[in-house]
Amino acid sequence: MPKREDLKHILVIGSGPIQIGQACEFDYSGTQACRVLREEGLRVTLVNSNPATIMTDPEFADATYVEPITTEVIEQIIAKEKPDAILATLGGQTALNAAVGLHEAGILTKYGVELIGADMDAIQRGEDRQQFKEVVLKVGGEVPRSAVCHSMDEVRSTVKDLGLPVVIRPSFTMGGLGSGMAHTWEDVDRIAGNGLAESPTTEVLIEESVLGWKEYELELMRDHNDNVVVVCSIENVDPMGVHTGDSVTVAPSMTLTDREYQHMRDVGIAILREVGVDTGGCNIQFAIDPATGRMIVIEMNPRVSRSSALASKATGFPIAKIAAKLAIGYTLDEIPNDITKATPAAFEPTLDYVVVKVPRFTFEKFPGADPTLTTTMKSVGEAMSLGRTFQQALQKALRSTETKQAGFWTRPDPEGATLENTMEALKTAHDGTLYTAERALRLGATIAEVHEACKIDPWFLDQVAQLIDLRGEIENAAVVDEALLRRAKRAGCSDAQVAALRPELAGEAGVRRLRHRLGLRPVYKTVDTCAAEFEAHTPYHYSTYEDETEVAPSNRPKVMILGSGPNRIGQGIEFDYSCVHAVQALREVGYETIMVNCNPETVSTDYDTADRLYFEPLTFEDVTEVYQAENESGRAAGGPGVVGVVVQLGGQTPLGLAERLQDAGLPIVGTSPKAIHSAEDRGVFGRLLDELGLVAPAGGTATSYEEAREVAAQIGYPVLVRPSYVLGGRGMEIVYDEDTLAGYISRATEASPEHPILIDRFLDDAIEIDVDCLCDGTDFYLGGIMEHIEEAGVHSGDSSCALPPITLGATVIEQIRDYTAKLAFGIGVRGLMNVQYALKDEQLYVLEANPRASRTVPFVSKATAVPLAKAAARIALGAQIAELRGEGLLLPEGDGSDAGPEVPISVKEVLLPFKRFRTVEGAGLDAVLGPEMKSTGEVMGIDSSFGLAFAKATLAVYGKLPTSGNVFVSVADRDKRAIVFPVRRLVDLGFTVYATEGTGLVLKRHGIDFTPVARHSSGEAVDAVSLIASGEIDLVITTPSASSGPRTDGWEIRSAAVVADVSCVTTIQGAAAATQAIESASRGEIRVASLQELHQRLRGSETAV
Amino acid sequence: MSSRAPAILVLEDGRVFRGEAYGSVGETFGEAVFNTGMTGYQETLTDPSYYGQVVAQTAPQIGNTGWNDEDDESRRIWVAGYVVRDASRIASNWRAERGLEDELASQGVVGICGVDTRALTRHLREAGAMRVGISSRDTDVAALLQKVRATPHMAGANHVGAVTASEPYTYQAKEPRYTVAALDLGIKRNTPRRLAERGITTTVYPAYAEVDQLLSGRPDAVFLSNGPGDPATADHQVALTRELLRRKVPVFGICFGNQILGRALGLETYKLKFGHRGINQPVLDRHTHKIEITAHNHGFALRAPESGEFFETDFGRVQVSHICLNDDVVEGLTCLDVPAYSVQYHPEAAGGPHDADYLFDRLIELIQQQEGAPTHA
Repeated sequence: MPKREDLKHILVIGSGPIQIGQACEFDYSGTQACRVLREEGLRVTLVNSNPATIMTDPEFADATYVEPITTEVIEQIIAKEKPDAILATLGGQTALNAAVGLHEAGILTKYGVELIGADMDAIQRGEDRQQFKEVVLKVGGEVPRSAVCHSMDEVRSTVKDLGLPVVIRPSFTMGGLGSGMAHTWEDVDRIAGNGLAESPTTEVLIEESVLGWKEYELELMRDHNDNVVVVCSIENVDPMGVHTGDSVTVAPSMTLTDREYQHMRDVGIAILREVGVDTGGCNIQFAIDPATGRMIVIEMNPRVSRSSALASKATGFPIAKIAAKLAIGYTLDEIPNDITKATPAAFEPTLDYVVVKVPRFTFEKFPGADPTLTTTMKSVGEAMSLGRTFQQALQKALRSTETKQAGFWTRPDPEGATLENTMEALKTAHDGTLYTAERALRLGATIAEVHEACKIDPWFLDQVAQLIDLRGEIENAAVVDEALLRRAKRAGCSDAQVAALRPELAGEAGVRRLRHRLGLRPVYKTVDTCAAEFEAHTPYHYSTYEDETEVAPSNRPKVMILGSGPNRIGQGIEFDYSCVHAVQALREVGYETIMVNCNPETVSTDYDTADRLYFEPLTFEDVTEVYQAENESGRAAGGPGVVGVVVQLGGQTPLGLAERLQDAGLPIVGTSPKAIHSAEDRGVFGRLLDELGLVAPAGGTATSYEEAREVAAQIGYPVLVRPSYVLGGRGMEIVYDEDTLAGYISRATEASPEHPILIDRFLDDAIEIDVDCLCDGTDFYLGGIMEHIEEAGVHSGDSSCALPPITLGATVIEQIRDYTAKLAFGIGVRGLMNVQYALKDEQLYVLEANPRASRTVPFVSKATAVPLAKAAARIALGAQIAELRGEGLLLPEGDGSDAGPEVPISVKEVLLPFKRFRTVEGAGLDAVLGPEMKSTGEVMGIDSSFGLAFAKATLAVYGKLPTSGNVFVSVADRDKRAIVFPVRRLVDLGFTVYATEGTGLVLKRHGIDFTPVARHSSGEAVDAVSLIASGEIDLVITTPSASSGPRTDGWEIRSAAVVADVSCVTTIQGAAAATQAIESASRGEIRVASLQELHQRLRGSETAV
Repeated sequence: MSSRAPAILVLEDGRVFRGEAYGSVGETFGEAVFNTGMTGYQETLTDPSYYGQVVAQTAPQIGNTGWNDEDDESRRIWVAGYVVRDASRIASNWRAERGLEDELASQGVVGICGVDTRALTRHLREAGAMRVGISSRDTDVAALLQKVRATPHMAGANHVGAVTASEPYTYQAKEPRYTVAALDLGIKRNTPRRLAERGITTTVYPAYAEVDQLLSGRPDAVFLSNGPGDPATADHQVALTRELLRRKVPVFGICFGNQILGRALGLETYKLKFGHRGINQPVLDRHTHKIEITAHNHGFALRAPESGEFFETDFGRVQVSHICLNDDVVEGLTCLDVPAYSVQYHPEAAGGPHDADYLFDRLIELIQQQEGAPTHA
């Protein structure tokens, strides 16, 4: 069945901001879809509010709407663009929910738009728990005993029937949000209560516990002709009870016989057919009782999912790309397998390697959050590794996560670890369960005992036990000889791990020298979908220690681009965006691009992105070996080999390796590691500022508490303290007095001469400014100036900002440009640099300069129509800014500092994950912003005025903006004056004001009526917290006082707002901006415009000059 | 771990792979082939079609689910040797009775583990299936190579006699509707099981049974099973099949049986470069235009008729009804004028997907169509 001829124009819905449970895997799938649809000659319209995505680059669609993914906005886009069909199965739960919203609002019928991929009935059958259960039973599958409940009464009677423990899952939420295991009646009340509130249909499922069972997933594809293939099986190492996204997973499944696997396959296919997903991918989860083999179907996603991205990367079978082709009418046999070229996509990939995925958590960002792993996803990213054996893949994956433990044995066991307390710890699933299991086995527990405690399958535990045996051999061998070291490398041990076991080998460098002397080098195998049955044409490689390497010789000049590893807060999709841009720009000018990364969610690890892909950990060892293999094979082929290694675009991960890589002889291009270091080093940077005549807030460094106290006393409180070399403000705090400083130092124990603590004067009430620029050594180009909405002190990654700046005068802007250029030349930047300034009392302070791609590069690039990262990559390889202006990559004249009055305002707003977390007691987390970054993703709103742009950004993050109702106001003393004006506007717009006494009094004196609300600490029956919890408040404005911390009133109010999912503004500037947004929104002025129209205007006007 | 003895694998073209002893310690020879299935090693090992072959598993983790007493596809392990990347130390599955390696050792199967099986597979893909020797007793490469070169080739080999049942036996359906006589050229247990599920009682006959013996129980159809060796040597079975076609006895053949039916219809067989061995092979059924993912194990194939999809035979018109989408190899024949059809692959699966299970239903349809029609004439 060939392509449908009636489809000419498709609207693709993206997944919006990155959040826990929905990360950049949907950029990967959406980008593939857009690319495929356009290749097929269709017009593509795209809506996605996330500017940091590759899919929203203007060249991937005919019309790109960086607009909120809400029913109203999409309706406007449909009315304007008139697409024939909507593809909503590649944008995660967000896109699917948007499609449901459009259907329910009658918009699909009104405009005659068809849903392709999965129709509404199929979506409902797959997503609605009761309907899905009926489907499973109908095809002869089994489901856990369960009941759907709509009220707490129903919940309680059901739990009585099933008996505790039970699992509680709200319907139509993503990433298992609000799900949980209830062991007690208190748990039932808490989880089901929240679940009913979270579910858009006020519906929760209560089901029999299958805790501790084995967990599996199948990724399936179906075409119009009812052909079905299973792309991949995935086995969770962590048992049922831990969300798949938080589990260590392995592909293919390791502990199923053919009989059991085929039964699962049969049931999976029958379900897919019965649900009626017409075309495309779907994912089905199964649980198997390890004692009896009883198999239960857990759930399905009638769309491309996070696991689909993993399965695509794990097998080389591009699910999203094929799904897009199937959606427009092709059948599986009509689509060629890209990798073999000779065979069709109608087959099931077979692997001759093992794939392990390990989740990445950031509990350290959320003190107080319950770190127990449950059915609610909590991880923020993941790393994947491939190896020829499970042990190898696991060890590579563990070191890919870049946690403090870079694989087994690299850190001493926790102080006081005993077999007893280790076994006790194993009973609760946590980040690093496998590390704990390893320790338990090493301390003498048997596999059976460990299995009993953590329910991890004995096969996986035995693999770990084999590593422990190997460890024993390494420790006890008289000499680490070739045979033993080879075995260690084949088992996936890093040089650093071996070094940790044999101190006399002189560290990682010593082991490396020994290994090279013994001739032990990795070989690179290919991911080819077919276990070598057919020739592969796609150089998608992974390392292993075996006989034969498959790196193809090439005489082209090669450039390696180091990616950013697993997503984490502070280092996410934005850096992958820059890396992908570098690949695109360098490919275009003839370099052979080599991508090295270990994050399966990303576009950079799509084998279509770079010329060659190495799915490898971003460690010194793994990166230098890739370099060696590529350089040598390139030179052997008569070419120049690797001419450049780009480290400045992938965030802190590659940057942290830069110096060592350069010392090892790798040709680092772009800004030199020395220059990077000089910007990071306090002393060097301070001297540079002095030379250039620039001012920084008074500050100093300290390597001990005594030093810190002295420095702080000298510059005066409040001070901003942080460790050096961090991204995302890890460990950064504003300290108001000496006691707090002492507390900080004792917690941030890593202060040492190698890791000093930076102490700066904190500028209260300053305006913070972010600048991205380019420099080639001769020329300077200012990319964009962003004015933060929140004051200095809120981490730039958590602050919303506007571009062009909305309140800065021409003099300040000229000064910013001048300062930035001085810094760029002074540091020796060859590529991108980000500078942060604070403006206070008309004095511009340099807060920091980072000579690398920043988080804001995609936002600036989209807002100004200038691809900064592409330019940076070209500059790194020797291109001049003048040349790039000539090519049209940069503006021919002028730059981002001279935005005219006609330029629209772009606003970046962030998405905060507070609502994903709860304390151990089940309370919400404090939603206050500070110098430590906490957001997971961002959105962009573009419009002619700040208010409208901010309204769009708010809508994009929250899906709603209260335009009337009740506002609760309680602000710190210093904000009391500034709050009057915004509240007055809200009253004019029809809001009713509730306020605490102090705030209310100020409002009253300005003629604003309010209803007084008791403080939470007052002990009154009705107080601020209970009012918010009862759902009577539509908007909360509360700014933290200096004495913030758990159990203060502010903390209670903010966490109540998080739990009740009420919009909560925690800065005074945010309140002013929100007011403008509400005003604009209530005037109904929100209109959509495509990025192409915007860029036409921006570039058009510039070139016309 | 390190207690394993070193072992070598030597191909007839001189390529050497090193590994460690696995299973029984000793020396073995056969035809080197690779199987790409990620599950089903127990079924593979006990599939008589692998007689005379040294099987390399491309899936690197082997033995994880141990060995049970339910999944054997015949009475013993048939492979001549076994090559794996990483052998499991323990068995983890609720049905496991013992470890795979114990089973290999107790059945005297010589294996080798720790081998770069991907490199071996790539080599066989490029150079073709060839003779091989494994030794975990003596690691003298030159001596082993000499022995390898002295072993017989698979082309021209008649292995059916080695694997077939010595006496007829019957697999009873619970509620029998029909009976089938199966010619055992290396039949797998799942075939009579799949038939019995549909109410067919199967009597399995030795490979050299004569037509009268085969039809003595007045079966409703004859099944030609899978089996090892070169189909060009199966002259007895080809002659027998021609007689069945002449008598219009319904015939269903799989794998080796497909090649026999093809030869009976006048087609030639040839040796594939490296064969189809795996459980992910896409086959197009030209009747339904649907694709099935199927289990394959064949080193030989029928040469496609020059006329394309349809061709004329002594028994009327025949359709090439199934083809492999990977390489267009003939995967099935359907006679249009006599009641016979066959596929080159394994509808009984085990291991492998169940997509082709419908082919057993077609046998019922064929039998029902023939009811009332004159047969056994």
